Amino acid sequence: MKNFDSIFAAYLLGWTVFFGFYLSLGKRASALRADIEQLKSSLNRGK
Amino acid sequence: MAKRAILGLVTLGLVVTAAFASFYVVPMERTMGPIQRIFYFHAASAWAGMTAFFICFFCNLLYVWRRDQKWDGLGVSAAEVGLAFTTIVLITGPIWAHPVWGIWWTWDWRLTSTFVMWLLYISYLLLRTLIEEPDRRALLSALFGIFAFLDVPLVYFSIRWWRTQHPQPVVMGGPGSGLEPTMRKVFFFSVLAMHALMVLLLSERYRLEKLRGEVDQLRREAEAQ
Repeated sequence: MKNFDSIFAAYLLGWTVFFGFYLSLGKRASALRADIEQLKSSLNRGK
Repeated sequence: MAKRAILGLVTLGLVVTAAFASFYVVPMERTMGPIQRIFYFHAASAWAGMTAFFICFFCNLLYVWRRDQKWDGLGVSAAEVGLAFTTIVLITGPIWAHPVWGIWWTWDWRLTSTFVMWLLYISYLLLRTLIEEPDRRALLSALFGIFAFLDVPLVYFSIRWWRTQHPQPVVMGGPGSGLEPTMRKVFFFSVLAMHALMVLLLSERYRLEKLRGEVDQLRREAEAQ
C-alpha cells in the first residue's frame, strides 16, 4: 500500500496519545485513592 | 461500575468498527490514494476536540454564573480531553500533509489557529497550577477558558472565510463541496465513535476531580483537628 508508513505512523501515534492519556488518568486516580486512605486513617487515629 | 464497562465496550466497538470501515469500506480516493484514509481519524478527532472545548466553555460560563465547584471540575476535565484530541489532530495532520503537499507544516489560517487553540488550552491548564486557592483558581481559569474559546469558532470557520493551504470544507461546505456517499457515512460514523471516546475519557477524567474534591475535604478536616 502506497504511503503505508505514514498511515501506520498516524494511527500508532494517535492511539499512543489516547492510551497514554487513559493510563495517566488511572495512575492519578490510584495516587488520589492512596491519599484518601492515608488521610482517613490519620483522621481515625486523631479521634 | 457496570455503566462504565458498558460505555467502555460500546466505545471500543464503535472505534474498532470506524477504523475497519475507513480501511475496508470506503473507496480509494482518486487523487490522494490510501493516505486520504487518515482523514477519518484526523477530522473526527478534530470535531470531538472542539466539542470538548465547547463543553469546557459552557462549564466556564456556568461556573462564573453559579460559582459551583462542580462546573470547575467538569470544565478542566473537558479542557484536558479536548487537548488530547487536538494533539492527535496536530500529529496526524502533518503526517497526512507531507506526502500530499510535500511539506509537514505551513502557517496558514487553519493550521495556525489550531496550534494557537492548543497553546491556549495548555495555558488554561498551566494557569490552574499557579493558583492555590480553589475559588480564585476556578474563577480565573473560567474567565481564561471563556477567552480561549474565542479561538474555536475561528478554527472552524478559517477554511470557510479564507483561502488556505488546508483543504476546503467537504462537510457543510456549501455548493460544490461534499463527499462520496460511502465516505460521508463512514466519516459521520467516525465522528460518532470519536465522540463516544470523548465522553468516556471525560467521565473518567471527571471521576478524578471528584476524588480530588474528596482529598481536599479530608485535608480540611485533618487541619481542623
